[in-house]
Amino acid sequence: MNLSQLPLLEQAIFVLAALVVLTSFSQLAQTRLTASIHSFAWQGAMVAMVTVLVATASGIPHLYLSALLTLSLKSLLIPWMLHRLVRRLNMEREVETISHPALMVLAGTGLVIFSYWVALPIERLELAATRNVVAVSLSVVLLGLWMMVARRRVVAQVLGFMSMENGLFLAAVASTRGMPLVVELGVAFDVLVAAVLFGVFFFHISESIDSLDVDRLNRLTSLDVKDHQAREETS
Amino acid sequence: MTSPAFVPLAITVFTPLLGMGLLAVVRTLSLAGWLNLGLVIIEFSASLVLAYDVAQGGEFIAHSFHIDAFNVYLVVLTTFVGLTTAIFSRPYMVEVCEQGHITSRRMRLYHSMFQGFQFTMLLALTTDNLGILWVAVEGATLVTVLLVSLYRTPESVEAAWKYFILCGVGIALALFGTVLVYFAAQQVLSDPEQGLTWSTLYTQAANLDLAVMRIAFVFLIVGYGTKVGLVPMHFWLPDAHSEGPTPVSAVLSGLLLNVALYAVVRFKMLTDGALADSLSPNTAGYLMMAFGLVSFSVAVLSLQRQRDIKRMFSYSSIEHMGLMTFAFGIGGPLATFAALLHMLVHSLTKSAIFVTVGHASHIAGTQSIEHIRGLIRTQPGVGWGLLLGVAAIAGFPPFGIFTSEFLILSATMQLWPWLTLLLLIGLVVAFAGLFRNLHPMVYGAIPDGQVPVKANMFPVVVHLFLVLWLGLAIPAFLSSWLDEVTRLISGKGLL
Amino acid sequence: MGDFVSPAGWAIAMVQALLFMLGAPLLAGWVKRIKSRLQNRRGPGLLQPYRDLYKLFGKEALVAHSASPLFRAAPYIVFGSTLIAVAVIPLLAVSLPTAAVADMIVLVGFLALARFFLALAGMDVGTAFGGMGASREMLVSALAEPAMLMAVFTLAMSAHSTNLSSVIQFNLDAGLVLRPSFMFALLGLILVAMAETGRIPVDNPATHLELTMLHEAMILEYSGRHLALMEWAAQLKFMLYGVLIANLFFPWGIATQLSLPALALGLLSIITKLMLLGLLVAVAETVLAKMRLFRAPQYLNLAFLLTLLGLFSHVILETSA
Repeated sequence: MNLSQLPLLEQAIFVLAALVVLTSFSQLAQTRLTASIHSFAWQGAMVAMVTVLVATASGIPHLYLSALLTLSLKSLLIPWMLHRLVRRLNMEREVETISHPALMVLAGTGLVIFSYWVALPIERLELAATRNVVAVSLSVVLLGLWMMVARRRVVAQVLGFMSMENGLFLAAVASTRGMPLVVELGVAFDVLVAAVLFGVFFFHISESIDSLDVDRLNRLTSLDVKDHQAREETS
Repeated sequence: MTSPAFVPLAITVFTPLLGMGLLAVVRTLSLAGWLNLGLVIIEFSASLVLAYDVAQGGEFIAHSFHIDAFNVYLVVLTTFVGLTTAIFSRPYMVEVCEQGHITSRRMRLYHSMFQGFQFTMLLALTTDNLGILWVAVEGATLVTVLLVSLYRTPESVEAAWKYFILCGVGIALALFGTVLVYFAAQQVLSDPEQGLTWSTLYTQAANLDLAVMRIAFVFLIVGYGTKVGLVPMHFWLPDAHSEGPTPVSAVLSGLLLNVALYAVVRFKMLTDGALADSLSPNTAGYLMMAFGLVSFSVAVLSLQRQRDIKRMFSYSSIEHMGLMTFAFGIGGPLATFAALLHMLVHSLTKSAIFVTVGHASHIAGTQSIEHIRGLIRTQPGVGWGLLLGVAAIAGFPPFGIFTSEFLILSATMQLWPWLTLLLLIGLVVAFAGLFRNLHPMVYGAIPDGQVPVKANMFPVVVHLFLVLWLGLAIPAFLSSWLDEVTRLISGKGLL
Repeated sequence: MGDFVSPAGWAIAMVQALLFMLGAPLLAGWVKRIKSRLQNRRGPGLLQPYRDLYKLFGKEALVAHSASPLFRAAPYIVFGSTLIAVAVIPLLAVSLPTAAVADMIVLVGFLALARFFLALAGMDVGTAFGGMGASREMLVSALAEPAMLMAVFTLAMSAHSTNLSSVIQFNLDAGLVLRPSFMFALLGLILVAMAETGRIPVDNPATHLELTMLHEAMILEYSGRHLALMEWAAQLKFMLYGVLIANLFFPWGIATQLSLPALALGLLSIITKLMLLGLLVAVAETVLAKMRLFRAPQYLNLAFLLTLLGLFSHVILETSA
């Protein structure tokens, strides 16, 4: 299979998939939260575009609905909610100091290579196009995971989580032509509820711990716990 | 479609959904408590009728629900533990509300989410669709996040956040595994839309692509395994189980872990079918054994250092879930039967323990082990409950856990003799750790000013009695039921 | 390629080199003109760079006492190697005799040679600004070169050759194919080109403040014909990158035969493409601000990341097992 032998639509899907990975990287290395949120919105828009292209190529009508859902949820609603939160919590001007952005990006490229290796065994000749997008979507998932691990701000962790969902959606759309509508509605609903809960939690965390830096979420460490009584004394 | 079974099914699954909505608007706390109880009674009775229908009529598949012996047994267990916990929680939460830990407005959230939790778990257990299973498990996570952070203390908020993030990540990986399974199914099924239904997938399991299924299972065990509490994805568990209100800890430990393990076992059945003719047919089993063994060992060791009583018992949950995963991984009729029995008795025992621990920390005013003392003299009910509960969970005969652990050890001895040694050492170390902490808590000198509290030990008594009964003599219908499930999972019956 | 190794082919090749030499100042003037217009100024005329070069060639070349022979030789070396590099790039037609030497890595090597002597010349006289300019230039190019090579490799992996005319021929034959790897390579190459040719956001070509200079700091000591050669070499380099981007990624219009109409079409298409690129550069320079030098590594890391992603896209998305 040669790229030039594929129809133009499939080529466009590949281009968009590659751009989605680029937005993942840009979210990863951005220090300013509003810029990260914009990258995330673009990512959602591109995943929605991939869905539309797949819908056109395969003629499955409910994918148009999924595309609309993704666009409105991931590209408009959730970034808007995050923006509102960022403004309300006065985090607009904050710049998160990433210790070594170059190292983070390098680790990200390592993850891309790793996901390609994981997806290698999925190789049937007529499915070769799919294997490629599976590798790309797995790398988006892993990059989202890496973002959750490596970034210190709570909003950045939420963005990582949401971009993992974007990667999963891309995998579902491009390799299996979308999951049944019921499942996709359920997933979208879950994502929405999760976003709402995240918002609720931001307030609680910032109220109780007075910071949205997850390094400060350290009262419960994994093995030893400070005495409950000691806590009661201080609180 | 056998319509008699559908009605109790619908009642069991959809009553909690209705209840969730209803309890969100009921304002009076006492009314909400009774309503919650009433709803759970309805659910339990309906599940019993459903179980009876399945026992008579066999497997039941309709409207993308799939009930067979495996999940109906878990459905009954879920509604039963839900029932006893609701009985306990009704007066308990009133007390908590009066003490000012929580506003009566948030009690509405509690009751509504309690029903919501039941709904998501029952949906996950009974659905025929892999995607809906995922949605339900994610829904259960979201609901319990709200429940864990109910008291809004900084620690509970932090615990809920950690829970949210870690389980969210795990669930996302499980979704990737589900997509891969769907992808493999689409290549072989004539009707690709059916690619997400268990019933169709089982029949076509042998045709699914090996490489894809192998990769998918890795993602699925890591993903759903996060919710089971397998090491190294377990970091959310001790925090989440210790920070929520007591009834929530009871249902989390007793029920949600089971549902996640159910998902893993279902996928193992599928993967085994797919890999049956390959060079490495036991990949899924080995993975489960590895994860289970590591979880068991790490939990047993971590148990020793805990200073908070609920965290100690959470690590005990991880230990037992690891043991169950290990047993399911070994496969074969003996180990599978043992693991199923263990699921049952562990749920009952652990929820009873958490209820007792709730009372104990109430009496002592703290959850710190150092500061809980002399329970048996202050309030013999709680003291004895804790003593017997710990004896049960540590695997003392004649309690049921002894039986299941014995069976697991026998199965291990047959196939993997050297691992038996490891398991035995682990069990002894866990036992030592639990009792070392238990002894001063129950028998130590009573601190000044410790008074008994209003305690509802009813669910504890019922659960421990059941566990004792199951340890002494498993009733015939239950053992034949478990045998049927064993046949379903491992292909051969035990009895 | 057979009929091109002919006197006609060689003649076209020499015409190409001449076009480059003569066209480079025009391109520089075009960019400057558009920039001034965008800034609401009338700006210098289109032919002003020619007048400047002519003027400089006529002036006396002053050389400092402390300058070594390298100082006098450097302008010729720099101009010479840039000219050789430029001469082999397909401007009008694809398969000329010079195309055999037109390997992308050789090209990078020629440019590196020019840069090396430029930096040495900057340090030669011993002034502070010269040394500063040399070290800055080396920083930028040390980071830009991996990105450039990545882009080269990405292109080479698709076309199975590092020869420029093979790549252009491959692109022409393939028709309209949307390759993510080429897209990323293009973006990365554009960023690298902006850095290497000393344009905003890396370096301001019109600055008078020595502390903000990169390229100009190195040629601060030159005058007369030496300065003329250095300036001309810089203009040639800019045109080189422009032609590279235009013909590698958008090769339509380039002549594949040595007939007059094909060559005329080739000339017309390259002029159009360069005019467009010049416009884009001018707009970018007006819209963007010059970065702090310490941010230049980040910018170049972005370029490297883009080209690396291009390579990954090629391996992951565009090849089968």
